Amino acid sequence: MRKLDPYQIREDFPMYHEHNSSFKGKPLVYLDNSATTFKPYPVIDSVNHYYKDITANTRRGDYSLAHEADVAFEASRKTVAKFLNAETDEICFTSGDTMALNEIAYGLIPFLHEGDEILLSIEEHASNILPWFKVAEITKAFIRYLPLEEDGRISIETYKKYLNNHTKVVSLASVSNVMGYPLPVKELCALAHEKGALYIDDAAQSVPHMKIDVKETDVDFLAFSAHKMLGPTGIGVLYGKRDLLEKISPTFYGGEMNARFDKEGNLSYDDIPYRLEAGTQNIAGVLGLKSAIEYLEEIGFEQIHQHEMALKKRAVEGLLQNGNAVIYNSESESGIVTFNIKDVFAQDVATYLSSKGVFVRSGQHCAKILPEHLKTQGTVRASFYIYNTIEDVDALIKACQTAEDFLDAFFLE
Amino acid sequence: MPFSLNDPALMREMILDHYQNPRNYKTVTDPSYIDIHMDSASCIDDIYIQVKIENNIITDCKWHGKGCAISMSSTSIMSELILNMTIDQAKEVMAEFNKMLAGETFDEDKLGEAVCFQRVNNQPSRITCANISWRGLQKAFLEEEKKEHEHR
Repeated sequence: MRKLDPYQIREDFPMYHEHNSSFKGKPLVYLDNSATTFKPYPVIDSVNHYYKDITANTRRGDYSLAHEADVAFEASRKTVAKFLNAETDEICFTSGDTMALNEIAYGLIPFLHEGDEILLSIEEHASNILPWFKVAEITKAFIRYLPLEEDGRISIETYKKYLNNHTKVVSLASVSNVMGYPLPVKELCALAHEKGALYIDDAAQSVPHMKIDVKETDVDFLAFSAHKMLGPTGIGVLYGKRDLLEKISPTFYGGEMNARFDKEGNLSYDDIPYRLEAGTQNIAGVLGLKSAIEYLEEIGFEQIHQHEMALKKRAVEGLLQNGNAVIYNSESESGIVTFNIKDVFAQDVATYLSSKGVFVRSGQHCAKILPEHLKTQGTVRASFYIYNTIEDVDALIKACQTAEDFLDAFFLE
Repeated sequence: MPFSLNDPALMREMILDHYQNPRNYKTVTDPSYIDIHMDSASCIDDIYIQVKIENNIITDCKWHGKGCAISMSSTSIMSELILNMTIDQAKEVMAEFNKMLAGETFDEDKLGEAVCFQRVNNQPSRITCANISWRGLQKAFLEEEKKEHEHR
């Protein structure tokens, strides 16, 4: 157990440590952690270890070097399984959350038919809507969108009304990347199961910030990306219950996912999880993910959550005190603050903040159905992580005070 | 030019003026106009440009939609600037505008009020906002060429 001290943590991150915590001459205030996170040395070292010391393809080689790579690769799978409280063979590696959700959606095509319903919410990210668009088109299943309550939450009562005997799939982000309210996954999942529907947890924004236990929540599938939790880009995880992974049809076909095939077109699959890992894997990424998990577990999610909430509270109070901000999710229990500056277009705010060295996201954050609910074209989003400090938050608040002068971004040096 | 448009204060004023009082902001339902919709995955800009081209001359340019201050003001300025130009003349202006955004030397006299965007490249990510309507115009010209081709 390690105490969460963001100043000390920064020493582990080359983005801070090797750049004097600055970018282009200004203090580096990086508040776009919902998009991606910085990487600590242990993660980078693990990636390099594969390339420098144990490069060989996995699950193919009969030589001892390949064995080293195999051992490291499978050790990472074990770490991920333990991290989620899953079984080792229930963990499949993907290129990220998007690929995992596509594999789940496409994999369920044989089980979806005309009249079946897929339940999503209006705040879902494109990666948890667009695969379903295609699958609905192919299967003639119907997508229903769960609305949000006035305060931006998903309510159990409304959810119950949207569930029915036609519902075959429920797929929801356990933390929305815009509103940031954590869902009561266990309860939602149990209600879906009562109707005989599968429950899919898009955990891209929850896995990096809170303890996830797939046995406790009983979700059928879960997806996340490593890069939002200090890991490398291009690597993610598809979790599925064993019997379901065995049932879904693979989306990708190629090396190592088959046991044998012949020229008559006969094909027998390899066992799970390998069946769902066609082709050479992102081995360095897999090793990096293991180190990212270990780094986070050493700190523990309790401290991480407390830290993020303290930063959020300070940000909300400061922005409200400024008097020119509208905040859309001040009550949500995650380190995401979604806001606007009155009468200034979100992107103009973000550019202005950037000119002050404060890096936030603006726009629709890939959740393109949500702005209707928020009654705004777009929003500004600041999202915190373990290396963010009180000074970062104060820089955000200070820069927002004068955001009406957004054209300064172009005219002042 | 009688006065210099290069004064930063004046440039700011022009951007704000066109943002707050957009010119030629109107939806037309006339099928003789070429309709171009410009939107993008990475930003929120959602701008519709409608141009009428008669005998190679841009006889009208209307637009509507939503976007940031840079994209809205740039579209407004373009809609005035290209009016009554031939396609070739407008393409020349477009070329100078693009040179300006790229930080190259450009012919200021051709750009009129559009010179107010010469500092947009201080924020390179916003160059695409300044030229969104010009990219739309380029598309409109391609449409027009297609039409010409079909008529032949």
